[in-house]
Amino acid sequence: MLAITDLAKSFVAPDGRRTEILRIPQFGLAAGAQVALRGASGSGKTTFLHLIAGILTPDTGRIVVDGVEVTALRESQRDRLRADKIGYIFQTFNLLQGFTALENVRLGHAFGPHADRDHARHLLERVGLGSKLHHFPRQLSTGQQQRVAVARALASRPKLVLADEPTGNLDRQHAMEALTLIRSVCAENKAALLLVSHDESVLERFEDRREFSEINRLP
Amino acid sequence: MTLLLLVYRSLRQHALSTLVTAGSIALATGLLLAVWTAKEQSQAAFAATSTSFDAVLGARGSKLQLVLNAVFHLEASPGNIAWADYENIRKHPAVKLALPIAMGDNLRGYRLVGTLASEYQKVEYAPGRTYQIASGGRVFSEGEHEAVVGSFVARKLNLKVGDTFHPFHGLTFNEHDEHAETYTVVGILEPTNTPADRVIWIPLEGVQTMAGHDPRAATEISAVLIQLRASTAGFLLDQAINRQGNKLTFAYPVGTIVAELFQKISWFDRVLGLVAYLVALVAAASVLASIYNSMSARRRDLAILRALGARQMTIFGAVVAEAAAIGVVGVVAGLVVYGVLISIVATIIRAQTGVVIETWAWHPVFVVVPLALVALCALGGIVPALKAYRTPVADTLTPTS
Repeated sequence: MLAITDLAKSFVAPDGRRTEILRIPQFGLAAGAQVALRGASGSGKTTFLHLIAGILTPDTGRIVVDGVEVTALRESQRDRLRADKIGYIFQTFNLLQGFTALENVRLGHAFGPHADRDHARHLLERVGLGSKLHHFPRQLSTGQQQRVAVARALASRPKLVLADEPTGNLDRQHAMEALTLIRSVCAENKAALLLVSHDESVLERFEDRREFSEINRLP
Repeated sequence: MTLLLLVYRSLRQHALSTLVTAGSIALATGLLLAVWTAKEQSQAAFAATSTSFDAVLGARGSKLQLVLNAVFHLEASPGNIAWADYENIRKHPAVKLALPIAMGDNLRGYRLVGTLASEYQKVEYAPGRTYQIASGGRVFSEGEHEAVVGSFVARKLNLKVGDTFHPFHGLTFNEHDEHAETYTVVGILEPTNTPADRVIWIPLEGVQTMAGHDPRAATEISAVLIQLRASTAGFLLDQAINRQGNKLTFAYPVGTIVAELFQKISWFDRVLGLVAYLVALVAAASVLASIYNSMSARRRDLAILRALGARQMTIFGAVVAEAAAIGVVGVVAGLVVYGVLISIVATIIRAQTGVVIETWAWHPVFVVVPLALVALCALGGIVPALKAYRTPVADTLTPTS
C-alpha cells in the first residue's frame, strides 16, 4: 500500500542555512494495516505525513501509494491522488467553518472519483452525527467536530488514511472514543491507517507501534 | 456542483462585503442602462413626436427655438407672424395641412394654445391616429370661450368637463396676471403621449383677442405647423423662405432640427456616460479589492480544500466564479436600480415635455451591459484567484511536529 525508499527532506532555516529534518531509508505499510508512529513534537512527523500525501515534495527519495509513485507526479496529479486515495485527519480537525457537517464530509469526496452524496450522510450517521447533518462546526462540540473530520477523511473511500495527532485536542474519554472510531471505520472501509502521536495512551492501543526516531535516521 | 457550493458558502461567509460590492455593481448597471435609455429613448420619442409635422413656419430666428416652441411647447416664441403669412402658406400647392397656433397665456404654468378646431381635428399625431376627445366631451367651438384640455394637464389640475378657469397672461405663471375671461372646459383630450397632452387648446381668436393683449395680436399668430404633400417641396420652401426672404423662418425638416438639440446636449450624455463607466470600473476594482483583502482570512480554508484534493485550477475557478457571482447579484439588483432611475427620468421628461419614453423597450444593451459587467467582475477576480492558486498548503495548515 505504502512504500518509501531513501526519502530526504530539508528546509531553509531563517538564518539561511539548510537544515535536514527527514532521512528515511525505508518505510512500508501493507493494505489494511494499522500502524502508530511514536515521536516527540518537532521530530518531523507532520512533514513525513505531508510528504506521503503529496502536500510537500521531498528533496530525494521515492514514495509509492497504492502503486502510484507520488514523487514522480506533478502538483495537479498529486492533488488528484490525494482526492482519490488518501484521507487525512488533522490534529486541529481543519473543518471548514462556513460549511455544514454534511457539506464538510461531501467536500471529502467532491474532488475524487467517488462522489456519492448518500455516502457522506451514511458516514455521519455511522459516527453518530445523523441528527447534526446541517450543523456548522461552531455548533458542534470538540468531540463531534473530530468525528466529522474522521467521516470526511473516509468520505472518498481512501486506500490510505493519515492521522496526525488526531486526539491531540480531545480529553481522554473523547480521545479514546475517537481512536476507536477511526480504527473501526478504517477497518470497515479496508483502509490502511498510519497514525502519528506522542500520546502513550493512544499508542498502546495499537499492536503495530513504531518509533519515528528509528525510521527517521538523521545523522 | 462543488464549485457552486464553494461560491455560495464563500458569498454567505462574506455577506457584508458581498452586499456592498454587489451594491456598487448595481449602481453601475443602473447608471449605465439609465443613461443609455434616457438618451436613446428620448431621442426616439422626440423624433417620433416630430413626425406629425414636416415643418414649422414662424418669425425670423432660430429654427430650433421655433420647433421647440411650436411642436414641443417649450422655450419662448421667437415672435409672431402675420395672418397673411399663414394664408399664403396654407394656399401653397405643396402644403397638405397648415395648423396655425397662437400662444401667450397659461393656466398655472400649462400653456394655452389657440388653434382652428377644423384643422386641429385633421392632424395625425401618429400614423393613422388623430386627436380624440374623451367621452362626454367635444371639441371647442370657434368664437366661444371654450377649451379642450390635454390629458396630462387635466390630471395635474384636476380639470373636468364643465369646469371653468381664468387664463393667466404670459407663458410663465404669475398669479397677479389673471385675465378676466372665463373659459369652460368642454373636452378632455385622450392621452396621446405627445406634447399635446401638456397644453390647453382653445380657439385661435381666444388668444388673439384676450383682454390686455397687444391689439396687433388680433391679426397675428405664433407659428404654423405644416404637413407637406412631398418632401421635395420642403427644400423648395426652405430655399424660398429662408434664403431669399428675410421676414420668416421655415424650420424644415423638423426631425433633423430636433436631432440638433441632442447634438447640443451630447456633451452632457458623454459626461454622464463617463461617470457611469467610471462607476463600473470602480465597482470592478471593489470586487478585486474585497476578495483580495479577504484572501488572508481564507488561506486556511483554501489550504484545507487543497489538502482534500482540490486542484489549484479548481481553487482559481472558484474565486473567479465568486467574483462573477457578485457581478450577477449586482446586475440583477442593477435592473431594479435602473427601473427606479429611469422611472424618475421618464417622469421628469414627461412632465417637462409631454414626451413619453419607453423605459423597458427591448434592446441588446440590456444583455450586453450586464454581461460586460459580470465579465469585468470575473476579470477583477483573477488577481485574488492567482493569490488563492498560490496558497501554500503545508505552511498554512498545521504547525510541524
